[in-house]
Amino acid sequence: MSKLRITIYTPDSLLSNPLKMWRGMLRDLVASRELAWRLTVRDISAQYRQTFLGFLWAIMLPLANTLVWIFLSRSGVVNLSNTPLPYPVYVFTGTMLWAILMDALNAPLQMTVASKSMLAKINFPREALVVAGICQVTINALIKIILLVITLLAIGVYPSWSALLFPIGLLSLILVGTVIGLALTPIGLLYADVGKAIPLLMQFIMYITPVVFAMPKEGFSATLFQINPLTPLILTARDWLTGLTPEYLGYFLVVNVVAIVMLFIFWVVFRLGMPILIERMGS
Amino acid sequence: MGETLIKVEGLSKKFCRSLKKSMWYGMQDIGRELIGKRHGADGVLRPDEFWAVKDVSFQIKRGECLGLIGHNGAGKTTLLRILNGLIKPDQGRIEMRGKVGALIALGAGFNPILTGRENIYVNAAVLGMSKQIVDSKIDEIIDFAEIREFINAPVQSYSSGMNVRLGFAVAAILIEPDILFLDEVLAVGDINFAIKCLNTVKSITNKSAVVFVSHNMQQISRFCTRVMVMDHGKVLSNSPNSFEGIDQYFGLIQHEKQVSGTGEAEILNMELMVNNQYVGSTEPTISHGKELGFRIKMRINNNNSGAIMNVNIMDASMSTVVTMPIYNPEGELNRFPAGVLEIVMSTGAVELSSGKYSVMIGVIDSETNEVLARVQGLSPFRIIADRVYWGKLVRNVVPQKVEILAPTL
Repeated sequence: MSKLRITIYTPDSLLSNPLKMWRGMLRDLVASRELAWRLTVRDISAQYRQTFLGFLWAIMLPLANTLVWIFLSRSGVVNLSNTPLPYPVYVFTGTMLWAILMDALNAPLQMTVASKSMLAKINFPREALVVAGICQVTINALIKIILLVITLLAIGVYPSWSALLFPIGLLSLILVGTVIGLALTPIGLLYADVGKAIPLLMQFIMYITPVVFAMPKEGFSATLFQINPLTPLILTARDWLTGLTPEYLGYFLVVNVVAIVMLFIFWVVFRLGMPILIERMGS
Repeated sequence: MGETLIKVEGLSKKFCRSLKKSMWYGMQDIGRELIGKRHGADGVLRPDEFWAVKDVSFQIKRGECLGLIGHNGAGKTTLLRILNGLIKPDQGRIEMRGKVGALIALGAGFNPILTGRENIYVNAAVLGMSKQIVDSKIDEIIDFAEIREFINAPVQSYSSGMNVRLGFAVAAILIEPDILFLDEVLAVGDINFAIKCLNTVKSITNKSAVVFVSHNMQQISRFCTRVMVMDHGKVLSNSPNSFEGIDQYFGLIQHEKQVSGTGEAEILNMELMVNNQYVGSTEPTISHGKELGFRIKMRINNNNSGAIMNVNIMDASMSTVVTMPIYNPEGELNRFPAGVLEIVMSTGAVELSSGKYSVMIGVIDSETNEVLARVQGLSPFRIIADRVYWGKLVRNVVPQKVEILAPTL
């Protein structure tokens, strides 16, 4: 008789045996690769198959946003301080990068909510949902970046060597977005309020991040912009892409290190919370 | 009969009636989990909580199939979800050896826009199967589901029957479990496919330890080597004689007495007789094939032309399975005069299938056809046999002749 794998379920907290928990996390992460990829392929192809414009939808929202802000600044409705780049370039790159961050932030909760019925009935590595979310966001981000670069070239902004560093900027946007999204997922599954509050809150945060506005030079708003941990992410990524010298590199590194630590913490929370959440979801 | 694969000890699970409280308890439970405390608050019920599963223990060996029966809300599905690792127990312990498979949510992860073929891969991945395994078995799956001509069409164009066939085929062909959980998914699709499903499941269950939840007693009696009856979260019985468990399950069905009619006739008393012996107990269990009789005492008040009467046997779903109009020896419907009457009658051998039955008596004015009395839910009784059949009437037959005309090779 071959050796059979033993599964044990008890009411004990998984944290009471951290080593076992850690092994389980790694095992499930490895086991979820195939499923995550399948779910990614499924969602990406389903996402674009039923559309006429296809991949263009990836840039529709940032493009519309850009046009609005260009209109607002040209017509003088809002008075914008001078940006280090031509304003259309500044706002277009800003909204594109912001859209990527938002995609990453929304993905964990969206994926889990969409898979509720599956979660309630089938035992599969739940990490797959988060990983699939990251894969999807990355693929959509690459599409956005390609279209962004084409646009930049078309309007005469040529990238310099620093553009080679841009993938790091892109990854940290996805990383930080995922961490925030993962942190909100357990509460968001219980309370639908979270899902409704995110767009509202992020809309506000966007205005204290140099997405459509340039960094204010002084005053209360300058402090807000400077402590906002999303500021260095957007600025550094944009600077690398457009060939400027990043000013907030130190803060950028700090944010990323903190994000990596937080990723592990919230992964554990997600993992421990999942059976309890599934119980409260009903079948 | 192999080694013990599932061992469950003292398993309990709490649920909450109120949604708002349930959400708040969920937050508390996550908090407790994160500070390393045991789940379930040490067996104390918080306000609005109840035990959905209470103190359940059992063991299953390879080759055994445990049938889990009970009425809605008995805790069967909850127990299955704990076993499947979807939710955490509040008390107790589960130990399982080997690969766990479940035929529960068929077609999980199907996306309606994708083709059948694409969805096979998605569904298989959800079940934990690698692409290589699916590649090697995809033709078998498509043929089993009988949808080869539609396999490259989007699933949203499938009929619901095609959908479940595909879902069943993916799960049934791919999983090769040591432990299998089944929740009423056995017979899906039309009759041809349902039979195919049953045979496939049967061949899987022979090699593994199975927990099977169903309301269908025919399937329970066919598949299960043990039957566990649950009621309000508790185990009422766990017996290797599946017919005993099934009988107990039938015992949980309530047959309510219900009186209607003009009231000019009244059933005063009714007793059952088995093999000419009066049965005193309130709900006797009668073996299939015994002779069943009734002694009925009734009063008919004012009646000119006489009343006619029929005695019926109703099953658990309150549909009439036997009607016995009362005749006189001359071969006409008997007309009962007014007065207090006693009637003793035999129904002959009971050939009803296992289940719970009760008696319904109708008394009708022979002239006006007015219903003087209609009383249902009288003298509930249960029929027990070693198998549950599909037919309501079960007659064991010995043919006059069985002859082998030619041997097959």
